[in-house]
Amino acid sequence: MPAVELNNICKSYNGNLVVNNVSFTVAQGEIFGLIGPNGAGKTTTIRMMMDITKPESGEISILGESLNEATKNMIGYLPEERGLYKKITVLGSLVYLASLKGIGNRAARCRAEELLKRVDMLPHQEKKIEELSRGMGQIIQFLATIIHDPQLLILDEPFAGLDPVNTKLLKEIILELRSQGKAIILSTHIMNEVEALCDRILMINKGRNVLHGELAEIKSRYRNNSVFLEFDGVLGEIEGVVGKKAHGDYVELFLDGETPPQKILGQLASQGVSVNRFEVSTPSLNEIFLQVVEKGQ
Amino acid sequence: MNKTILILKHEFGHTIKRKSFIIMTLAFPVLALIAIGVFSLIQGMEKPPPPGEVVTIGYVDEIGNFSGYTEQPGEPPVTLIGYNTLEEATSALLAGEISEYFIIPSDYVSTGIVTRYTLERELEPPEEIQWAIKSFLLSNLLQGQTEPEVTERVKAPLGLLTIRLDETGEVATEQGGFGALIVPLAVGFLLIISIFSSSGSLLQGLGEEKENRVMEILLSSVSTRQLLAGKVVGLGAAGLVQVVIWLLSAVFLVRWVSTTIGGFPSIIQIPDNFLVLSIVYFILVYLFFAVLMAGIGAIGANARDSQQLSMLLIMPAWIPLWGLFFFLNNPDHIVNTILTMIPITAPLMVFVRLGTSGIPAWELALSISILIAGIIGGLVLVAKVFRTFLLMYGKRPRLGEIIRCLREA
Repeated sequence: MPAVELNNICKSYNGNLVVNNVSFTVAQGEIFGLIGPNGAGKTTTIRMMMDITKPESGEISILGESLNEATKNMIGYLPEERGLYKKITVLGSLVYLASLKGIGNRAARCRAEELLKRVDMLPHQEKKIEELSRGMGQIIQFLATIIHDPQLLILDEPFAGLDPVNTKLLKEIILELRSQGKAIILSTHIMNEVEALCDRILMINKGRNVLHGELAEIKSRYRNNSVFLEFDGVLGEIEGVVGKKAHGDYVELFLDGETPPQKILGQLASQGVSVNRFEVSTPSLNEIFLQVVEKGQ
Repeated sequence: MNKTILILKHEFGHTIKRKSFIIMTLAFPVLALIAIGVFSLIQGMEKPPPPGEVVTIGYVDEIGNFSGYTEQPGEPPVTLIGYNTLEEATSALLAGEISEYFIIPSDYVSTGIVTRYTLERELEPPEEIQWAIKSFLLSNLLQGQTEPEVTERVKAPLGLLTIRLDETGEVATEQGGFGALIVPLAVGFLLIISIFSSSGSLLQGLGEEKENRVMEILLSSVSTRQLLAGKVVGLGAAGLVQVVIWLLSAVFLVRWVSTTIGGFPSIIQIPDNFLVLSIVYFILVYLFFAVLMAGIGAIGANARDSQQLSMLLIMPAWIPLWGLFFFLNNPDHIVNTILTMIPITAPLMVFVRLGTSGIPAWELALSISILIAGIIGGLVLVAKVFRTFLLMYGKRPRLGEIIRCLREA
């Protein structure tokens, strides 16, 4: 049973279709990247999953159930726009937000202490939120997102504004949660984070699905069909190479589309060329992102 | 636990622990106690003159008919000494033989003007002196023309005692007058303050939650309906606690004052059904304002923006206070009835009228019905905009957008 299933979701504001026929599924134990430029419809899609706004058409199910009050308790949501009650203590905030997710007071308190310990913030439990640094506040907000042990996590720009230490800590926790079988939807603009963490991605642009699938498969689909070569010696004629481009200390070889890179490497070895680096060129997700967005404009 | 109750408990607990709420709740009983204390202190300071003290004042009679009745009884008794000339009287005043003097000019009978000379700087002549001079003049003027009892009656011809009867001809329990106006007016005033403070907290809370983005987290856990209901009822309950404390302390203080202190505070009355009406009006008017404030909170870009918008509702609520003298002098004017029916002005107007002429039962019933209809209508409209605009940050929707939202929802 998928953790999330969206089928042909549509939503418009003031006559503008901001989410147009979006469909995807997220499996349990998977980190799913939801990416797209600003205003693409990601937040609206997330808000529909949270039942904060209603889709005009289409179906959404969370762990096999159509949206209702109970499904909200199965989801942990870290919105992009963050905030907590400034005048309430760390522990008070965590317990109150956990109680709104259906956790009893005592259990919420135990769990809050456990989580605060995990992030080395137990000594700060009686501090008011306004007394914390911005980064610490964000960590508390993340803890509020997972305090009720949700089966599905929706994290909107979770690393924004975090220092490298806290970013690493958050990534570790996210990976731990995945290993526990939780489904995680990660919405971010930081493409290397998506590459590092996500199993599959969906890219939305202007409210539509424009790129969907496994990250490795997408990257291979957008491959330039070239290899980077750093070498010593003289480069002779190589069968299957249709062009060359020098990039300073390395050369990019453009392949004919039929010859596999291994065959090129074999020819180089037989020519006695000393190979220092041989890399199949795959574009970064960032490049793919830009390519898709520009194509859509 | 039901999420509405969780929000209710959170809002209630958070509000009643706030310093401003505690100060405000205790301020009324404490200030009333201080006022009573100051009143009784002043009353105690106005000691009657020691027995045996006589005030001596002089006069110069230019007519020549004012020689009798120079011993005027009173508290204190006044002795009048006649002088032949102004100079003699002035010398006596400066020598301390008399405390003041006055001149009865030759044209006194036609003008009635008497000039008084004193060394004291005062706002107005002391009442007992005025009374003694008046009595002295009257007694001398009417000497031999009327019976002494008639002369005494002329000095104080009217002691008007008004008794209000009810429909059965029995003496009514509410006798009216300023004593009956004080408590309703004060409570009406406090009620409005509590209503605005509670519904203002709702507005402020929504504004802050929008501003600091807690709203998004809340709505990912609860529905807009639960959020609205929990907040409105939680803050209303805190306001109700405040009002009940004020009402009970008003009842206690009025009873205590009338039995122990006496004087002006003892004439203060509390109209029949006053407590019940106060609570009914608090609940209904609070709900009415809370619903509208929730709508404003959803539309406002931030807390400050919402507060500015809310002034449109708050200012008209004080109309009955601005026109208080008009309403007191014209208790049966049609404007009074109209303002009793308008939900925004109803609370203060109802209490002003309760303290003066009273309100017919049908008007109260109609006013309450209109309030209830207003709450239901407000809820229907606000529920539509609440969900749409609650997550709109940083900008206020245009009027056209709100109208379209109301139409489409």
